[in-house]
Amino acid sequence: MGEINKNAQQLKAVLVSNKRVGQYHQLIVNIGDVASLCKPGNFVAINVGGDTSRMVLRRAFAISRVSTNSISGGTMELIVAPHGQGSTWLCSQGEGSVLDVVVPLGTAFGIPTEPVHVLLVGGGYGSAPLFGLAEVLNARGCRVDMLLGASTASKIYAPMEGKRAVNSLRIYTEDATMGQAGRVTDPIKALVDDMNIAVIYSCGPMAMLSAIDSITRGTEVVHQCAVEESMACGIGICMTCVLPTKDSDGNIAMLRSCIDGPVMDGENVMWDSVGKSL
Amino acid sequence: MSSLDFSTTLANAWFPAPIFTASGCASSGSELAQFFDLHSIGGVVTKSVMTKARHGRPTPRMAETPSGMLNSIGLQGPGIDAFIAKDIPYLVEQKARIIVSIAGETVEEYATLARKLRGVSGISAIEVNISCPNVENRGLVFACDPDASRRVIDGVRRTIGGELPIIAKLSPDVTDLVHIARSVVDAGADAVALINTVLGMVINLDTMRPHLGGKTGGLSGPAIRPIAVRAIYQVHAALPNVPILGMGGVASGRDALEMIAAGASGVSIGTASFGNPSAIPTIQNELKELLIAKGFTSLRDAIGFAHRTEIADVD
Repeated sequence: MGEINKNAQQLKAVLVSNKRVGQYHQLIVNIGDVASLCKPGNFVAINVGGDTSRMVLRRAFAISRVSTNSISGGTMELIVAPHGQGSTWLCSQGEGSVLDVVVPLGTAFGIPTEPVHVLLVGGGYGSAPLFGLAEVLNARGCRVDMLLGASTASKIYAPMEGKRAVNSLRIYTEDATMGQAGRVTDPIKALVDDMNIAVIYSCGPMAMLSAIDSITRGTEVVHQCAVEESMACGIGICMTCVLPTKDSDGNIAMLRSCIDGPVMDGENVMWDSVGKSL
Repeated sequence: MSSLDFSTTLANAWFPAPIFTASGCASSGSELAQFFDLHSIGGVVTKSVMTKARHGRPTPRMAETPSGMLNSIGLQGPGIDAFIAKDIPYLVEQKARIIVSIAGETVEEYATLARKLRGVSGISAIEVNISCPNVENRGLVFACDPDASRRVIDGVRRTIGGELPIIAKLSPDVTDLVHIARSVVDAGADAVALINTVLGMVINLDTMRPHLGGKTGGLSGPAIRPIAVRAIYQVHAALPNVPILGMGGVASGRDALEMIAAGASGVSIGTASFGNPSAIPTIQNELKELLIAKGFTSLRDAIGFAHRTEIADVD
């Protein structure tokens, strides 16, 4: 047993349910007892295309929620948008299909020990893992406010049942088709200034994460962000999903977003250097 | 139940099984240890290490292609001192057999790396990676030039003495591979590793620019397997006494046996591990069963089998 990937299991897992929700699919996968090892922020790597596929790489998906006591045993929920060949294949799988999954992978969101005030910020379908996180934070006694944003209404993921775990939810769309017009990052500065927010949890496009960092950098507010970078393996061996980082001692490194992420301290990411040579 | 001698050798290094990780596709082993026992496979070929820590190329570093992928890592790594201090002791503790892969920008850098490794115990062999395609200057790909290849291997051989087997990792992107293989063997290489990735490119049609941060990348995966089998076959035909560590798109026991029949004494698994963390033990088991099913009693009898002029029945 290694320290890296230490809870990860490779399983043949049954797809219990596949429902279309707007532009996304909600997939429920039976992963048995492994569900109890999954924490908000962790992801799963899934084989796509079947044995004869020309797609040789796994696809990584954030786990939006787990249930350890459903009728079919432990399950995980994934919210998947069918936009590439791999995700389209996955969304086309019927209930009862067997998937080859490696789970859980990556770092998890840190949960405060005290019942503090937290802000959850999600962009597009990146918001999915925030609902599972909200339930954990709510159980910890935290005040949980949530901001969701997307370019247009159909790209907002906000399930009814997910709203129960949050104290408030505001939605922003750039084309004003849902909620308020504007970007999800627009109100953050005022919220941080006016309220005693201890932690911002974010999940979504890199530009959104970077914009939040520019607000929290140098303040007392901790920014825990789930980063997105394309990966080949998900387990730390391919070195493709790296991000430039600088720790509090000034050490600069290209860290793998699969094993040193996806949840990273936003202050450690060198946002201006992403995609550039160090 | 048939018994099979599954062991193999690469020069004077002995391995209980012929399946290895491929350099650059297993980091330094610890990431895969959650999925299988590193001691249970032939050996771990570590990611090519240089003298100094290196950040590598900018992202994007990866593009999936039909039955393969391009990578453009640029030899990111901790540098030889940290590697010797941390990674080797871990692998020794796991009882893994270790082949250390080294890469340099100059002939002198390779010799320096060999000097650092000379006194380190627990190493079975050194892979000298003279063929990484992800360097700034294609002129730095030593394996594209017989004379440069010879100078690197000669420097490593002189530094390391006669103790550790040297495996020269060669590029398929050359006109006369056998000529390069002869050069490195003449300079003191005990074995050759065939093949490194094939230089490729993907254009991103959203940006209308090369997709990878490093523009070009190394193509790996099943797409390149026939190139690897051809390379192994050609070199084994010309240099039948030089052991070959084969790699390039192996994803099953059948694929591994193709390489062995072409002339490989061992087979490394790279991209298949990205798609399946347990690919290596699975392929190793499939190969074992396949050899038994074909009536072989020793892996070594299958090495280079495709070169036999008469197709003999095996018992």
